[in-house]
Amino acid sequence: MLLLRKVTLAMPEGLTPGELLVVDGKIADFGSSLGNPDGAEIIEPEGAILCPGLVDMRASLGEPGYEYRETIASAAQAAAFGGITSIAVLPDSRPAIDDPALVRLIASRGEETGSFSLIPYAAATRGCAGEELAEYGLLKAAGAVAFTDGRRAIFSPRLMRRALSYASGFGSRIVQHPEDAELAEGGAATEGARATIMGLPGIPAAAEAICVARDIRLAELTGGAVHFAHVTTGEACDLIRRAKDKGLRVTCDTAPPYFDLNETAIGDFRTYAKFSPPLRADEDRLAILAALADGTIDAIASDHQPRDADDKRLPFAEASAGGAGLATLLAVTLAQVQAGTLGMAAALALLTEKPAKWLGIEAGVLRRGAPADLCLFHPERSWRVEAGKLPGKAQNTPFDGRALEGRVIGTWKAGKRVFG
Amino acid sequence: MTNRHLLGIQGFSPPAILQLLDLAENYVLLNRSGKTQRDTLRGRTMINLFFEDSTRTRTSFELAGKRLGADVINMSVSTSSVSKGETLLDTAATLNAMNCDLLVVRHNQSGAPALLAQKVEASVINAGDGTHEHPTQALLDALTIRRNKGRIEGLTIAICGDIAHSRVARSNFLLLTMMGNQVRLVGPPTLMPAGIETLGVSVHHDMREGLAGADIVMALRLQKERMTKGGLIPSSREFFAFYGLNAEKLAYAKPDALVMHPGPMNRGVEIDSAVADDPARSVIREQVEMGVAVRMAVLDSLARGGL
Repeated sequence: MLLLRKVTLAMPEGLTPGELLVVDGKIADFGSSLGNPDGAEIIEPEGAILCPGLVDMRASLGEPGYEYRETIASAAQAAAFGGITSIAVLPDSRPAIDDPALVRLIASRGEETGSFSLIPYAAATRGCAGEELAEYGLLKAAGAVAFTDGRRAIFSPRLMRRALSYASGFGSRIVQHPEDAELAEGGAATEGARATIMGLPGIPAAAEAICVARDIRLAELTGGAVHFAHVTTGEACDLIRRAKDKGLRVTCDTAPPYFDLNETAIGDFRTYAKFSPPLRADEDRLAILAALADGTIDAIASDHQPRDADDKRLPFAEASAGGAGLATLLAVTLAQVQAGTLGMAAALALLTEKPAKWLGIEAGVLRRGAPADLCLFHPERSWRVEAGKLPGKAQNTPFDGRALEGRVIGTWKAGKRVFG
Repeated sequence: MTNRHLLGIQGFSPPAILQLLDLAENYVLLNRSGKTQRDTLRGRTMINLFFEDSTRTRTSFELAGKRLGADVINMSVSTSSVSKGETLLDTAATLNAMNCDLLVVRHNQSGAPALLAQKVEASVINAGDGTHEHPTQALLDALTIRRNKGRIEGLTIAICGDIAHSRVARSNFLLLTMMGNQVRLVGPPTLMPAGIETLGVSVHHDMREGLAGADIVMALRLQKERMTKGGLIPSSREFFAFYGLNAEKLAYAKPDALVMHPGPMNRGVEIDSAVADDPARSVIREQVEMGVAVRMAVLDSLARGGL
């Protein structure tokens, strides 16, 4: 039994001071005063917020296939530090998650850690190779939450049409990496003066909007549901906003690098700021913030991509794209609360309630009887991101050296304390 | 602030450039006097580390190093035969163990010399990286221009051809605009890099317009593999018709306009032989001579503590 006292509870209707009681791994009760239950461990932090454990709707983990970058056990440490208790895992591992047995493996590997739930995505095409459809029905029955080829765009319009159409028969979504693969081919940075002066092959920002426009139209044609992963441009947000107004089944997410950083971060050939899609011009970053504030963007995902030094210490165009994002997901998002761009309740909803609802999992809301997945954080306590000293194995943060406000002081998974 | 490395023209200041050009001018005189052997770099080791084929630039650096008395070693590394990334840092470790003082690097990837510079103890000189920079080429071009025009400011310079893939174009426009010249880039839209018009240059797609009143016309090498594979231009015939520098197009420029080319030339593609070999207009051979002097000045300055 655990009683969290004198906290601010992050409820769906807003922030409210109160107390929360955990019994047998579940949220037993909450309210303004719960008295003194016998035998309860009492935690009384000063000025902390208690929110549901964060739900990261999109991350890659090093396992299976890239254990030199990260194992599931090491990812669990990073997640617990970041207050994350559920992660939806991309299927483009080695092997790709395109078989029901592999879907079950991912879910059970999450359970083994006891500190987070892993919710498997499955491959949209066999081997995430972009050729043949995967077995959506069997994969869904095994627990796959949606279908995607991960960091690789489903490129052929014919294949995308079929994927959307076939998945709609099972009520499933297709998650797209929104980038026209031919326009993006060989590119390493957003096309423009910065890439030009650095002599880097560019990817036009329009490659995103072109893919988004096409897939919205295909969703309309098929009646299917499409989700755009990590949107990064104002133009894509405009298209998605209009599609939503039209009532189409279109959703999207973004990730902290795209609203916190812009393309100037790659100066001096900093490969730790190399992402796919690449960091954009500042006006796009501002458009992403506006789309977060107005609800066009449905969730903030970590977009965690573990890499080791050998993947990154290469000439820029040859270096692997992606950043570690679990430990910094909450604090980089909270920077926008401090900046006044997002309200605290809205920011937390983008990290908890909204992605949980999208994934269809029982998490992301403080509810009586629900598993006690909790994140207790101090919104004003500051810390410094230091590559090399982050929890877990993956140290490839683009935020190295940044002072952030908002520190997790406790994380609980089903009532068990896993951090703090 | 002094720089231990020469990675690009970006970051340079006009006084530092003038100082280098003045020093190079001395080396031109010494080289011409026949007293070429100096001992400025005696006991120092200079390694030419070329990951990309090059005869001219490597030879020029080699000669510059030897004339200053350095021990010069050439290392050619074929990028295809080794796994690229690890090798670069492994190479850095090897070079550190050899106590190399000056490291001249050419690489097909933009930023590779900058990466090496973080890991080696030697001074790194960028001898051309991908489509990023080729700073000694810009310096030798500036010296050539100054010797012929008497100044390196207030001139109009047209750089023509494949701007998108040219590190020479980037280093040159950075240096020339910094020194107060008007730089025009001339070529088909598919060979113009994105956003270049925001960087202090004007962009032209018509040679008549781009060359009108120019003091200097620079033609750039057009790599033939760019054409068909990239689909950037339909044929070399068409390119020559519209952008190849011949006497007719040169006539748009000032009557005393000079012709430059970083070499090696594709005669009949980006430049016509009649123009390239015209002693009254072409300073292409002089560029090669200035190359040695400028590289001696760079090596000398770096060995003496920095740029």
